[in-house]
Amino acid sequence: MSFDAHRCPNGHVTYPGHTRCPECGEAQTETIDLAERTATVVTWTTSTATPPGVREPNHLAIVEFQVEGESVRALGQLTTADDVEIGDDVEPVYEEQLRDPEAGIREPDSHEWDGYRFEPP
Amino acid sequence: MDRVAIIGASMTTFGDRDAWVRELLAEAGDAALRDAGVDGDDLDHLYVSNMASGEFEGQTGVPNALAHDLGALGAYTQRVDQTSASGGAGIYAAWQSVASGASDMTLLVGGEKMTHKTTGEATDVIASLTHPVEYKHGVTLPSFAGLTARKYLDEYDAPRESLGKVAVKNHRNGVDNPHAQFRKEVDLETVLDSPIVADPLRLYDFCPITDGSSALLFCPESVAEEYADDYVVVSGIGGATDTHVVHEREDPTTMQGVVESSEIAYEMADRGPEDVDFAELHDMFTILEFLQSEDLGFFEKGEGWKAAEEGVTARDGDLPINTSGGLKSKGHPLGASGVAQAYELYVQLLGNAGDRQVEGDVGLACNVGGFGNCVTTTILEQP
Repeated sequence: MSFDAHRCPNGHVTYPGHTRCPECGEAQTETIDLAERTATVVTWTTSTATPPGVREPNHLAIVEFQVEGESVRALGQLTTADDVEIGDDVEPVYEEQLRDPEAGIREPDSHEWDGYRFEPP
Repeated sequence: MDRVAIIGASMTTFGDRDAWVRELLAEAGDAALRDAGVDGDDLDHLYVSNMASGEFEGQTGVPNALAHDLGALGAYTQRVDQTSASGGAGIYAAWQSVASGASDMTLLVGGEKMTHKTTGEATDVIASLTHPVEYKHGVTLPSFAGLTARKYLDEYDAPRESLGKVAVKNHRNGVDNPHAQFRKEVDLETVLDSPIVADPLRLYDFCPITDGSSALLFCPESVAEEYADDYVVVSGIGGATDTHVVHEREDPTTMQGVVESSEIAYEMADRGPEDVDFAELHDMFTILEFLQSEDLGFFEKGEGWKAAEEGVTARDGDLPINTSGGLKSKGHPLGASGVAQAYELYVQLLGNAGDRQVEGDVGLACNVGGFGNCVTTTILEQP
């Protein structure tokens, strides 16, 4: 399992990947695994009104990784929201199933349901 | 150039309605035609703004159904889906149809039927607009609002109470709108003590789930007086998109689609933000009123909250925002909302807004889809 950001020949990095780099329009040609890197919390929330198949409450954060001078952000669940603050360091932690694929409106086979939560210190 | 006029408009009562989407659309469409004394068979084009009638009630093909119900057979029909901005995108399509000369009479009807679903189910239908890397984490539009509100309050040292004051203001305005879902004042304490929905935002920071419909009738300005003594013109309109994946935006507190769509609309109208007398903004969440009021150029970035604190955006302030009650109090039937924003501008410009009437001859509406993913800004004026 990896947590792949995507890079174009001009060095722009995005998560997730896109067919063409949103910055310069070049095809993205490389992946960079973010799974073993530390990120910082840009902002976070605890959602208490969650859709079918989603844990309640659902703690979420937008975090920022530094990849060779480029910053790249990701959104994901937090393992806990206890004492978390903007600017904290967090580590990605693999989770096999982030929500129940059968319970929501989206076709279960249309995408993957595993991924990374972020663990505060 | 012959400008595009709006010669008739309507909205149904918003709220928990027994009617289904086809009936809601027909109710608003019929009323807008009556408003201008135009028959269904006079229509060249008919547009329906709707996000998700298939997902909500298993009814697709609504424009054709509406053409049949309004006696508009033969008209060119098209459904416009731009999520929560379907209404604004519908205004764009209707304006374009007349401005291009393709149609001499265009009806736009926006509508959505939602309240038969649970809050969780309705939230999931809306959240289905997100990217898979967002959806799999259970992100919802309200949680984007919580993430953005925390960042905004932190970045600009804004007090939590300032967001609450948006809810208080818009509820106050909704009291005087006979079509609004909520016609009830709330005090700041009630807002700040309401249950947390997406921390730091609470129940009263969010719009409700709503059924309803609204309609606008467009024709060339050169013939508008044949149909109506009073009409308004679309002086400027622009649309723009921002990232699909919300966390990829450089500044989480800026909605670039609002910035860019408004620049286009201002240029077309030969107007600037200082010329706008009143506005309807997409307050699906209280924080969005701050972001839009800044990104439209009404206030400096990070200063929108002060305007709410100081009463600038109140009905008796210098720049009244959401005299209709906004999505917050009027309700938010997705496809109808952008159309109903323009309906409010229309009745205000014609002087028909009753107890909520404000002064002015230039009104602006900003309709936001997704979390700023796609935006239409429309400027309406007296001729």
